[in-house]
Amino acid sequence: MANITMLEAITRAHAWEMSHDPSVVVLGQDVGVNGGVFRATAGLQEQFGKERVQDTPLAEGMIAGMCVGMATQGLRPVAEIQFMGFIYPAMDQIANHMARLRNRTRGRLSCPIVLRMPHGGGIHAPEHHSECLEAMLAHHPGLRVVCPASPARAYGLLLAAIRNPDPVIFLEPVRLYRLARQEVADDGQAISLDVCYRLREGTDITLVTWGAMTVETLKAAQELEQDGVSCEVIDLATLSPIDHDSILESVAKTGRLVIVHEAPKNCGIGAEIAATVAEKGLYDLHAPIQRVTGYDTIIPLARLEYEYIPSVARITDTVRATLAA
Amino acid sequence: MPFGGILTTVAEFEIEYHQFLDAEGKLREPAPALAHDSAELIKMYRLMTLVRAFDGKAVNLQRVGNIGTYASCLGHEATHVAVGAAMRPEDVLAPVYREIGTQIWRGVKLSEILTYWGGDERGCDFSVPRQDFPWCIPIASQMLHGAGVAMAFKIKGEPRCSVTYIGDGGTSEGAFYEAINLAGARNLPAVFVVVNNGWAISVPTSSQTATRTLAQKAIAAGIPGIQVDGNDVIAVHHITKEALERARRGGGPTVIEALTYRLSDHTTADDASRYRPRAQLNAAWEQEPLLRIRKYLTRTGAWDDHQEQELHTDCARQIEAAVDQYMSGPKPTTDAMFNSLFAEPTPALAEQRAMARRFANRHGH
Repeated sequence: MANITMLEAITRAHAWEMSHDPSVVVLGQDVGVNGGVFRATAGLQEQFGKERVQDTPLAEGMIAGMCVGMATQGLRPVAEIQFMGFIYPAMDQIANHMARLRNRTRGRLSCPIVLRMPHGGGIHAPEHHSECLEAMLAHHPGLRVVCPASPARAYGLLLAAIRNPDPVIFLEPVRLYRLARQEVADDGQAISLDVCYRLREGTDITLVTWGAMTVETLKAAQELEQDGVSCEVIDLATLSPIDHDSILESVAKTGRLVIVHEAPKNCGIGAEIAATVAEKGLYDLHAPIQRVTGYDTIIPLARLEYEYIPSVARITDTVRATLAA
Repeated sequence: MPFGGILTTVAEFEIEYHQFLDAEGKLREPAPALAHDSAELIKMYRLMTLVRAFDGKAVNLQRVGNIGTYASCLGHEATHVAVGAAMRPEDVLAPVYREIGTQIWRGVKLSEILTYWGGDERGCDFSVPRQDFPWCIPIASQMLHGAGVAMAFKIKGEPRCSVTYIGDGGTSEGAFYEAINLAGARNLPAVFVVVNNGWAISVPTSSQTATRTLAQKAIAAGIPGIQVDGNDVIAVHHITKEALERARRGGGPTVIEALTYRLSDHTTADDASRYRPRAQLNAAWEQEPLLRIRKYLTRTGAWDDHQEQELHTDCARQIEAAVDQYMSGPKPTTDAMFNSLFAEPTPALAEQRAMARRFANRHGH
């Protein structure tokens, strides 16, 4: 066991898998000598060489497209997109090829690819560095979308993503990269890409969240506990496909649901969760489902970003209103 | 010179154009060995003839509603067959959507081509060659697949090459430049064949770009660009083979611009008479690739009218068999939509698959 940050956990997961699977190749802008702008791939090029840890030319569409070609030759590319706001040039390759190749060749060619990228705001970064675009990606058939919220889950989910036979978009919450340390065993154990993770047991209300919003949501749950409110907190972790069964099970117990996410509300993943609970668990509900989300605006630059990112107060207010309903 | 600063030329380039067989079927010597290998040339001519006949059949099948929209390759046969013949079986092809001459040479079946254009993804599950890419409809994106495949060959130390097609219009896309730039920067074993057929649907190459040749776009990526008469099967084969051998030896990528002409509409959904001057089309027919190789083979005594007649009979027989196989094949079941999206269908997909089964064939039309 080692007491490590999420970044270190990500680096160790890469190193473990590269040591055990010669088909794993790491590529992206600045991932080699520099070890990535956040140092997520620090030391990998020294350990595994320049062929397996490649600095690429600067073009996101090119990175995604070359991953497709490499994957069809039996490699397992793990590529870094430097910030999520820069994924748009890669969308042609992601949506038209990566997500579709297995289907359109009826399984003859496939894309065991991981595209990693920082996700979300809160670090006073420049414009276009703070996006939460998970809903856009989750809407594309053929992709898995994953977002860890702790060092241990980052380690286990990244290993699972690399071993997965299909493309996985791996979203790394920037605010969590160095926020907290956790004891993580560097033992090569992957964790499931098909389930969500219960962070806190409770009986009065279910709070579903993911990524960096787990921080505010857990704080809100602690505050509410002082008032005698028992919150169950679920880290969705795998945003596509969603483990609806576990959410429905929790809602059947608590009868109330609040979804918290940093991305805009309109057509967000919260809407998908709310709709599914309405379809399959409506009669378990004692109150309308609520969402606490980023506003339907562009995420503002640094001076207002924490007005945009849902606060503990917004969450506790919404939970109290839901309990009073 | 008005100013006194240092003036030196720091980069210069020239673009070669290659042709061995002119429109009259006359050979320019010295020519590559292929020009005197009549067995190989006949093999190529036979496939060019099959491709033309099959292409015409496919257009007719679309007209009577037996396949969907189809992109004809009329006029491109020399380039497509020559590139196929220059490749090795273990190389990998990333086509656009018109290069059936290359695909058939490499083992793709006529019935698979009809299956795809007939609206069934099973047509992309080639029995041979298993690692070639299927048709690529989003323009230029296949360039990066070819580069990625070549990167994999380089990483794994395999003496193989990727060959990627793109059209004249496709060279306006960013992915074209991204791929050749990557291939140059990493010295990849990749050959990119730009088939300049004069038209990107209704936009002529002259409106696409101010560049004198498309081959010279390679210069910006630091790799060789070379122009070839795309209607000359000997020249395309020679230049492609040289580029592949250089790439295989570690000599890096090449862009080949093959000059040909789209004698057909863009696809069966297009009507080129709306934008293409008739005189230009007529002139292009004078340059078309089949007649010149037939003339050459006839002149050298390797081919005669009797063989030509037998060839057409043989092509018709092959095409008929392929059409029969396609038409009599079973319709895919609704499960096909779900079964290959992921290695294992997710629970939600399994649920939707069951729903699709329940409602299958209940469209009311």
